[in-house]
Formats: sequence, structure tokens, C-alpha cells
Amino acid sequence: MAQLALASDRTPRRSGLAGNVLPVLVFIVFAALPLFAAFQAEAYVLGLVTRVMIFAIAALSLDLLVGYGALVSFGHAAFVGLGAYAVGILSAHGVHDALISLPVALGVSALFAWATGIVCLRTKGVYFIMITLAFGQMVFFIATSLAPYGGDDGLTIRMRSTLAGFPIFNNDRSLYYICLACLLGAYLLCRALIGSRFGRVYRGARENALRMGTIGFEVYRFQLVMYVIAGMLAGLAGFLLGNATDFVSPAYMAWQRSGDLLIMVILGGMGTLHGAIVGSAAFLLTEEWLSGLTEHWKVIFGPLLVLVAVFARGGLIGVGTRLRGLLGG
Amino acid sequence: MADPVLRIENLSKSFGGLRVTDDVTLDVRAGELHAVIGPNGAGKTTLINQISGLLAPDAGHIAFAGEDITGLPAHRRAERGLARSFQITSILPRFSVLENVALAVQARNGSSFRFFGRAADEAGLNSPALAALAQVGLADRADAAAADLSHGEKRALELAIALAMEPKLLLLDEPMAGTGRDETDRLVAVLRSLKGRFPMVLVEHDMTAVFALADRISVMIYGRILASGPPDVVRNDPQVVAAYLGDEME
Repeated sequence: MAQLALASDRTPRRSGLAGNVLPVLVFIVFAALPLFAAFQAEAYVLGLVTRVMIFAIAALSLDLLVGYGALVSFGHAAFVGLGAYAVGILSAHGVHDALISLPVALGVSALFAWATGIVCLRTKGVYFIMITLAFGQMVFFIATSLAPYGGDDGLTIRMRSTLAGFPIFNNDRSLYYICLACLLGAYLLCRALIGSRFGRVYRGARENALRMGTIGFEVYRFQLVMYVIAGMLAGLAGFLLGNATDFVSPAYMAWQRSGDLLIMVILGGMGTLHGAIVGSAAFLLTEEWLSGLTEHWKVIFGPLLVLVAVFARGGLIGVGTRLRGLLGG
Repeated sequence: MADPVLRIENLSKSFGGLRVTDDVTLDVRAGELHAVIGPNGAGKTTLINQISGLLAPDAGHIAFAGEDITGLPAHRRAERGLARSFQITSILPRFSVLENVALAVQARNGSSFRFFGRAADEAGLNSPALAALAQVGLADRADAAAADLSHGEKRALELAIALAMEPKLLLLDEPMAGTGRDETDRLVAVLRSLKGRFPMVLVEHDMTAVFALADRISVMIYGRILASGPPDVVRNDPQVVAAYLGDEME
């Protein structure tokens, strides 16, 4: 039991086939889906899965913090909101090109991550959770008070981003593939980070910060850099979300949304990266399905999450690993 | 005589009303193994923690290789070549044995702000790490998870991590703590093979090991240095015998 839970935390094995089957499969499904969706309710399916991929990017970046650094951030949605507001506010002023709005979205997220990370990372455990929550709520309330940009009601984005003048975000299908490309890029980046020298020190800090310090690493600096990277990736998700929904609102950065992101990571399986993608898909698709069945879908969804938390340690990925272990002998 | 590698002057530290380090003055010369012995609660580990930078002293100075390091954090001291082992094993349990040591190599080997390229595949980090493991007899366990090692093996890993830092001074806080006779003998042999390569401070309760290894011994009681000198002198010091060795040497 413990062994299984631990296995996924070790350094990713050298590109073993078995370890890569699931991620490859996930991306093949994402890539092939629009071909099948063409036959029925295309707009609905594409919209839903685009949303899944966008949240998967945010969950992926949160997994960097929670799964590999034991930094349980309860304010991660703030970065998503900042990215989305960057698109919305610039668009309200007639700036639509992604060549400007994307760097702004990433820059604002990075700046916020750096400024808050300096404070948050001085704390540990529950205090870290509380302080990230506090900073998240701070941004949330600032957004609700932005009267020129819709305040509480949010802000409709009248025109989606263009790229060097080309309206590539306008078409549902091309937006879908942009999101897929971003997700794939984010996933590969995260994998490279985790296995790199930098990532190894970062993971080591989670294992034993005291030992890392006496070896000669100032772990705080590594955690801060990772916090900024994770914030920027979530900002990227926000940039895409604003474009996908043509709308931004403070609700994007509410603490409930941060909680959703945490659930996605835990549901899929922390510290695996692809678990975050599976988790976002499972979360959003279950939510979609249940809310179609009944208005009171949360009454079913809540207990379902509790069951996963109790019986599926290591999340859905953990269950998969265990099943494979049973079947394989 | 050349300047000592480590010079501790009038170091004091109190926890509340308890003086755990009481005006300690001590030096460690190039190449020597300086043992610090004393009963439980004498303040030996507290002293090691102050030398390695985990605890700030209330008063006094610590100079390492001619530089005052009293105010430096632990990681800066490690960068200067001050390595230590812990009395209570302090390793990265979910990392492989090799990676535990490779990280220590990495700390002294170029920037760690490299975001691409698999660190686990870097031969430049792995081969010195394997060499350090071979020195303590753990080379064949390199791929095991550190958590799966036996207690004695963990003690050896603890030592290998410190060795991989290419120390200019090695602080050993009870390296034999909790090991069996065979393992203790093995660790004593390893330490003997290291003698002369760099100076060491050895805190240890195993008197056989201490008298087999030490060039000089300081006896600590209630936070004070009671006596300091070559093993033969300390062994026969009436004060030391009365306060500590009397019942240890039976």
C-alpha cells in the first residue's frame, strides 16, 4: 500500500514504456476527439473538452506545487483569474493581439507569484494554505471592486485574441487545438522541470529541507522559482479561459475555484503530472454529467469525492496502477 | 603551527535558563580527528548544530578556514566545505540511494538552476556519487530507495552524503548511533581510511571507537569543556575519570 503510494513520487523512471502509455493515450484521445465530435453536437463537445484542457493546464501547474513540493496552495485560481483579466481588460481597451496580451497575462501572473511567494514560502503547512488563500481572496475582492471592468458581474470579452492579426482563436476547432498544443507544451515542460537539476533540488526540499540546507542548497530560492513558474502556467490557463468563454469574472479566482483545482490534482493522483490531466477531465465531465441529471448534483458529487479520497489513495492513477499490479500478477 | 581549520571562541548558548553551551573554546587542526565526548545532555549535538549553522549562538565566534562564519546560514557554510552527518538519520527517504548522494555532488558542481536535461542521467554527478558510496560499502545498494535501507546502511549513507560534499571539515554527530557491533567496526574502518584527508569532529558514545580513532579528545559536561588533549592524557585525567569515564570504561 505504502509502496504503491510512494512509487509515483520517485524520480520518473527512464522513459520506460509502461510509464508513458497513459500520457500518450490521453493526448491521442484529445487529438482525435474533434474528428469524432464532428458527427454530433460538435460545438458542445469541443467547448467542454477545451474547458477540460484549460483546467488541466492549471491543475498541472498546481501539481508542481502540491505533488512535488508539498506546497498546498489554496489560492491557485488567482493566477487563472489574473490571466483571464489580462485578456479582458486589454480587450476592453482595444488591444486584442495575443502577442501583447499573452506576455502581459504571463507577466502579471509571474509578478504576483513572485511578490506573494516571497511571503508565502516563509511559512509551512497549514500556514502556507491559509496565506495563499488570503492572497487569492485579496485578488478576488480587488476584481469585484473593478467597477470599470464589470465589478461583480464580470466583463464580456467582445473580441477574442488574434495572433499577429490572424483571428486564430475565433474558430472553435482551432481554439481547441491551440489549447491542446498549450497543454502538451505545459506537460512536457513540467516533466523536464521535475527531472532537471533544478527539479531534483526542489523535490529534495519536500523530502527533507534540513538535509538540503546542510548539503548547501537554499531551498527557498528553488521553491520561489517553482512558484513563479506554476503561477505563469496557471496564468496561461487563464489567458485561454478568457478566450474560450468570451467572459471574465471574479468567480474565476474565488477560493472555491482554487479548491476545485486541488480536487482535480488529488482526484487524478498527486505527483504524477498526467494525473492532474486525468483529474481535471474526471472532475469536469462528472460535474457536467451529474448537473445534467439533477439540479442537486452536488449532493451526489460531494460523497463521490469523499469515496475517492477514502478508497483511492494515489487518486485515479493510483487505482489504475494497483489494478495493473493485480492483473499483472 | 598553521592556523586551525576551525576555531571556536567563547561560544555560549542558553535554552531558557539552561546553559547548554557554556563558554566553549575549541579548535580543530588540519588533518586531525577531534573527538567530543561526554554524557547525554552535555550539549554535544547543540555544539555541532551551532558549528553547522542550524542554531545561532548567543555569544562567541566560530571561524572556519580563517573566516568568521558565526552569522552565516547553514547552506552558506556547506558551500564553504563544512559537511555534517546527523545523529538521527537525515536522508531523502523517497530518493534512490544514488540520488541522495548525487544531490550532494550537484551542490558543489555547477549551477542547480538548470531546468532541462535529466539530472539523474548526468554521469558527472553519478560517478563521484558512486565513488562516495563505494567508500562506505554501499555501491551495490545504489538503486534502492533510501527508505528501504537497513539502519546500519542508512548510517553509511549519511556518511556518504557528507563525503560527496568534498568536505574541508566533517562534523560527525554519533555516526555509529544504534548500529550493531559489525556495522560499528565497518564504520570505524571507513573513518580510519578517511583520516588525514580532511579534519573531522567526531561526537560519539562508543569509547572503543573514539579511542581507536581520535587524535585529540575534548570532554564536555554540562555545556563546558572539562578537559582537552591527546587520548592518553584525557584517559588518565582524574577529573575526567571522576566525572565521566569512570563508569564508561568499565
